[in-house]
Amino acid sequence: MRAEPEPKGADPEPKGADPEPKGADPIIATEHLSRRFGDFVAVKDVSLRVDRGEIFGVLGPNGAGKSTTIRMLCGILDPSGGRGTVVGYDVATEAERIKERIGYMTQRFSLYEDLSVRENLRFYAGLYGVPARVRTARVEEVLGAAGLAERRDQIAGTLSGGWKQRVALACATIHAPPLLFLDEPTAGVDPVSRREFWERIHDLSRGGTTVLVTTHYMDEAERCHRLAFIFRGTVLDVGTPDEIVARRGLRCAELIVDGAAEVARSLRALPEVDEVAHYGHVLRLATLGGADPEELAAQVAGRLGARVSQSRPARATVEDAFVSMVRREAQRGRAA
Amino acid sequence: MSAGASLSRLWAVAVKELLQLGRDRLTLAMMVALPVIQLTLFGYAIDTDVRHVPTVVYDQDGSARSRDFARSLQATGFYDLKGEVRGYDEIERALRSGAARVALVFPPRWSADILRGRPAPLQLVVDGSDPQTVASATNTATGLAQARSLALHVRRGEGAPRIELATTTWYNPDLRSAIYIVPGLTGVILTMTMVMITAMAIARERERGTLEQLIVSPLRRGELILGKIVPYVAMGLTQMTSILVLGRLLFGVPIVGSVGLLYSFALVFIAGNLALGLLFSTLAQTQQQAMQMSFFFLLPNILLSGFMFPWDAMPAPMQWLSQALPLTHFLRIVRGVALKGSGFVDLLPEALWMAGILAALLVLTSLRFRKKLA
Repeated sequence: MRAEPEPKGADPEPKGADPEPKGADPIIATEHLSRRFGDFVAVKDVSLRVDRGEIFGVLGPNGAGKSTTIRMLCGILDPSGGRGTVVGYDVATEAERIKERIGYMTQRFSLYEDLSVRENLRFYAGLYGVPARVRTARVEEVLGAAGLAERRDQIAGTLSGGWKQRVALACATIHAPPLLFLDEPTAGVDPVSRREFWERIHDLSRGGTTVLVTTHYMDEAERCHRLAFIFRGTVLDVGTPDEIVARRGLRCAELIVDGAAEVARSLRALPEVDEVAHYGHVLRLATLGGADPEELAAQVAGRLGARVSQSRPARATVEDAFVSMVRREAQRGRAA
Repeated sequence: MSAGASLSRLWAVAVKELLQLGRDRLTLAMMVALPVIQLTLFGYAIDTDVRHVPTVVYDQDGSARSRDFARSLQATGFYDLKGEVRGYDEIERALRSGAARVALVFPPRWSADILRGRPAPLQLVVDGSDPQTVASATNTATGLAQARSLALHVRRGEGAPRIELATTTWYNPDLRSAIYIVPGLTGVILTMTMVMITAMAIARERERGTLEQLIVSPLRRGELILGKIVPYVAMGLTQMTSILVLGRLLFGVPIVGSVGLLYSFALVFIAGNLALGLLFSTLAQTQQQAMQMSFFFLLPNILLSGFMFPWDAMPAPMQWLSQALPLTHFLRIVRGVALKGSGFVDLLPEALWMAGILAALLVLTSLRFRKKLA
């Protein structure tokens, strides 16, 4: 496990129904959490700390073990090894106590499609023990916050993807849980809805809710307070987006070059080059170990007789860091 | 966790089930229409009463006495005389073509033998491919023949009359099938619809992904199971009522005993079938599998419970097996209450059987249903 950044400052108190047993402790803490399915190791030695009030992103390609990890944290899948506590309770032995204090939403937006928006909300309110006398008010409050007030009587199955997603989030937060698990909540949703969804996530976070969200959208990863990179069931790195990018030591540049494809091919052979992408005449280059990408590209272009018409440094993104890390791991895997 | 919260969760599930049922017009229509259709089909089509059996006569005697006997046979209502034949080859043709099911054969000199006091046998040729016809036909004819011979004995004073076995039928004196079948039909229809409706219930949640959402909630197993059973009990009782009322109106089927007793025991029976459906639901991955299991379960119920075939005539192992079917016990209860006016004490053993099966099913279902994935 890498070094953890300092815990965040004064955390707002979560407004969940139950007072939490251990206020100052991390809301999620795991040590060497593992899960095997037969011979296949889906999650291996995952050790994480998530602090109260943060938006914690779990990033990784499909099949990396993100969903398996979330399911273990929610207490619906038993770990085969390691241990973990969530909202102060053990994931293996106190799963039912955890379930009362978390919200859970998956990309399937598991709604009852034959019920109206309000009926769905009322059902989950009853399930999570929202007291009957405040239930109607709470449902209206959540409907309002999600911008669903006018669609309260619409049958859920007739809503579009973006609206279903809103209803699913409203259902998952009806009991104001201190901790919210979102498993690829924006899969298959249009960009506008995605943006609105993330605004809502930040609202919840400001209100004190801790959010653990999995995604493979890099722009979403940048909106998290902290990230964990998961690949083939193991955590490759944890930190704020800036820390993760900085730790890779990447320098990036964008150039406009004639014969970008050829230049890219030659650049790829160099050891200090981490990643080269080209789209038409545009070449994007990332280097490791402090090498200046603009200089390197100019040298190679010069050798090949290609003309560089424009060149500027670019900010290294989470995507650059992610691709770089996954590629190196894949190479290491092949070498082993 | 308090009982209040538990009840609130159970209630949430029950309300949700009712709302979903209300939206599912097709299922709702089926649940209402099924009893009516089944009742009409079974009540009118399955008539085990044997009447108007087509009969031919091969009269080699040709006397007034033989014609008189044949007419008496017709007068019983069981036989329809379709005409005379001349020889066994014609009898065979008539039976084979289905023109007749029974042939009555008078031997030559039959009346002469009677007059001389000799044994005068009659022959009844019966199409054995339908055992029920055989039994009724021979019974009626034998009875008639015995009555005649007795009359002869008495008239001619040859010895004292022999003691006859007189059969008296209670409870359903006309032996009408509808009276027997309609109460039993309530059990069959409830078995069919109740098992199926809950068998689909969890399978549907699994298919649509809402089951995972339930598993991750604080909902307990027992709350889910009861929440899925309770709403449908009301529906089962409604179905039962519609069958009994229609049975009364269409077929004059009475309820001799206590209606309250019948409904209390029916509650246990309905809950048992709903629990069985839930068990199927935990075994099935898809709604289709759940449906298939329900149909598969229906067949032994119809064959072994005593609904169609007499339970007493079954081999012992089959009888043991049938004890495990709630329908076997409910049939005895519903027939007992409706036709015989049986009381609580008479039917308690059957009710205990059903309660035992219900308890076993609830335990099995909650063991099968785990709040975990994989």
